[in-house]
Amino acid sequence: MFELKNVEKRYPGVHVLKGVDFHINDGEIVGLVGENGAGKSTLMKIIYGAVQPDAGSVLIDGKPLYFRTPRDAMRAGIGMVYQEQSLIPNLTVMENIFLGFEAPFVRMGAINWRKMAQAAQHQLNKVKLDIDPAIITSRLTFAQRQLVELAKVLALEERVEGRLVILLDEPTSVLSRKEIELLFDVVRELRRRASFIFVSHRLDEILALSDRVYVLKDGAIVDVVNSRQAQAESIQKKMVGRDINEQYYREDRQLAYRDDKILLELDRVVCKGRPHEISFKLHAGEVLALVGVEGAGREKILRSIFGMTRPEKGSIRVDGETMRAFSVSNSVAHGVGYIPRERKVEGIAGGMNVYENMTLSQLKGYSTGGVLKLGAEHELAREWIRKLSIKVPSENADCGNLSGGNQQKVVLAKWRSSGSRIIMLDHPTRGLDIGAKEDVYDMVREMSEKGVGVILIADTLEEAIGLSHTIAVVKDGEIKQWFNCQPGSKPSPFDLIRHMV
Amino acid sequence: MAPHISGETIRRWIPLLVLLGLVLFFTTLNPHFLSVRNFARIAISATPALMVAVGVTFVILMGSIDLSMEGTIAVAAVVFALILNRLGGSVMGMGCLAIPGALAAGAALGAINGLIHVKLKIPSFMASLSLGFVGVGLALLITGGDRILIADPVFRSLLTVRLGGFPLMTYVALFCLVVAWFIQANTTTGRNFYAIGGGEELARGSGLNVGRLRIIAFVIAGIFYALGAILAVARLGIAETETGRNFMFISITSVVVGGTALAGGSGGVWNTLIGVLIVNVIGNGMVVIGLPDYFQDGMLGLLVISAVYLSMDRRAFSFVK
Repeated sequence: MFELKNVEKRYPGVHVLKGVDFHINDGEIVGLVGENGAGKSTLMKIIYGAVQPDAGSVLIDGKPLYFRTPRDAMRAGIGMVYQEQSLIPNLTVMENIFLGFEAPFVRMGAINWRKMAQAAQHQLNKVKLDIDPAIITSRLTFAQRQLVELAKVLALEERVEGRLVILLDEPTSVLSRKEIELLFDVVRELRRRASFIFVSHRLDEILALSDRVYVLKDGAIVDVVNSRQAQAESIQKKMVGRDINEQYYREDRQLAYRDDKILLELDRVVCKGRPHEISFKLHAGEVLALVGVEGAGREKILRSIFGMTRPEKGSIRVDGETMRAFSVSNSVAHGVGYIPRERKVEGIAGGMNVYENMTLSQLKGYSTGGVLKLGAEHELAREWIRKLSIKVPSENADCGNLSGGNQQKVVLAKWRSSGSRIIMLDHPTRGLDIGAKEDVYDMVREMSEKGVGVILIADTLEEAIGLSHTIAVVKDGEIKQWFNCQPGSKPSPFDLIRHMV
Repeated sequence: MAPHISGETIRRWIPLLVLLGLVLFFTTLNPHFLSVRNFARIAISATPALMVAVGVTFVILMGSIDLSMEGTIAVAAVVFALILNRLGGSVMGMGCLAIPGALAAGAALGAINGLIHVKLKIPSFMASLSLGFVGVGLALLITGGDRILIADPVFRSLLTVRLGGFPLMTYVALFCLVVAWFIQANTTTGRNFYAIGGGEELARGSGLNVGRLRIIAFVIAGIFYALGAILAVARLGIAETETGRNFMFISITSVVVGGTALAGGSGGVWNTLIGVLIVNVIGNGMVVIGLPDYFQDGMLGLLVISAVYLSMDRRAFSFVK
């Protein structure tokens, strides 16, 4: 039996896991559900040894263990089947299966390939995959690779004493119906060899496969339900149910948007690799939230609007003008600003200071003939530091050293000060503490008052509902349902989640 | 937070401290080291290298690398000498066109280099290394292997006329350094180099034309290589294929030792000045205290390794390729 007892984890400014208790019996299949940001991925990382808990203990058969690395966890029989596949595409299947564990096949420094192929075949038989172990991994289909990954984890069986615990992270997200059935059959069959922790956004699949379901919310286990008696609806309610405070999302400051002024219009746009057409209008002062599960295709819509990918069909109009060129510089010139999810990678240039980051997208306005007007830049930075109350020693401070909330404000100041009228926010409050989140909500309201149109991908459903005027539920790259979200007629999270999963 | 910032500050000043330490070290071993005469000697050997190193600084700031300097210098030097001698042999007359001619040659090679790198998507390391060989070959083709002598006394006054003990070429180089600093600190182009080095995705996401900026950096670098070539010709009075020899190692070493990060995004031309001085002080000091010159290369090698060790934040890398 594998157990977590009272596990705690904090990151700067966030309490990710609050005393989590978790156990899984031999041969059991346990589901783990929770919203984005509930702490699922941190919990999994603790289980497979990639992250160490601040407090609490990990026990196997009552014996406390400490994993410093995933390899430690593997030695104890815990394997992870990654969502982003971890197989190395240019190696053969058998090399992947035994990567880092080639020792039994090595004699005098040379690998006995025949012996390794036989051993690999044995692993592949466990998952009923009929392929040549010497095939190059990149030639397999996605579903086959998933099974190879499972076989790789099952190879632990011969190496460790005791039973295996295998984590499956969103294993079905890119599989077809038939492939999912196949995978589930394999998993059910493997119960006598291992127990499974199954993480997915698809509640119906979780209920179909697992014996018990853990519901995680805001870093705590709020319920453990028996799948046989459980209903998807009640689990959904527990996933999202929390006290919603109107004040928190500044709903009192939400004004009606100007429906006579259309800032952005998507007309039957087809994004690359998605079969569906998407159409919507964004008005001045409107907050439009795109809601859906991870991988539903929301980011693709934003990236098309920002000119990062060219839509296959349809047209995008900004202020009534149809966009012909699709490039970031063209979108920026038309007043579109994008605040991406990974601030450290795409939002802030570490090593550059505050004023340099703010003017990066608008240097033309702060130079004559290519020569910078440093005085004007400093002035702009000071003005926006004051306006958004950014906590920095001065505009010369290195942005890389700022807290997440303050980095977010610098990025926002960059777009706002350059006069962007369409702002796209991708998870603007991810990783921020409560105070910083409220600052972001204030900024959203203030932008609406100034007539800026905002497209939002929110961190939680409540956040989307609280902030937005309009909600579009996106599923598999298609807008499934529209919700009017004006104050007084806001839908409940439950209304939305029905259309999401 | 506080210890982090102070660590950063110390790291920033390390190159200057090293330079002062070296000067002190050589002076204690031989007091003659600390004299205007000797410093002028250091300055003469350092000026062409300074121009080349400043040029490559812009490329390294973007996180790319340019190894084409030896070829570019050879071509620019030969072009300069040919135009000068063809048009009267003196920079006071029509021969002065040799200067823009050499700079244009440098810019053209830089542009070709940048275009190959950006348009054909060939790593800058490989594109520039190959183009460097092409440049050396081109210079050989033009000269047929001959040395071209420059006898123009006006041009040679860059070396022969001294102001305050230092030859004119030192002041020319310092002026060019100030121009480079202006590009770095006061132009949109310079700022954008830092942005690309700090995060290329971000630069793209802010609407910058990254490809064009990369080409511009290589063009600027080429122009500075040509300046270095002109000063190198002024120093020796000879233009030949060999004029560019050794500049690749010296210039890259200087940039790195000066504290500009190879990954891009931090450092600048003042760092490069310090780096060039460190490299040349070591070279000169070894001679002054009477050590054989093969020690120099060993010293420089060790210095580069320690500079890279100090300048990189290795926590950011799980594995270094």
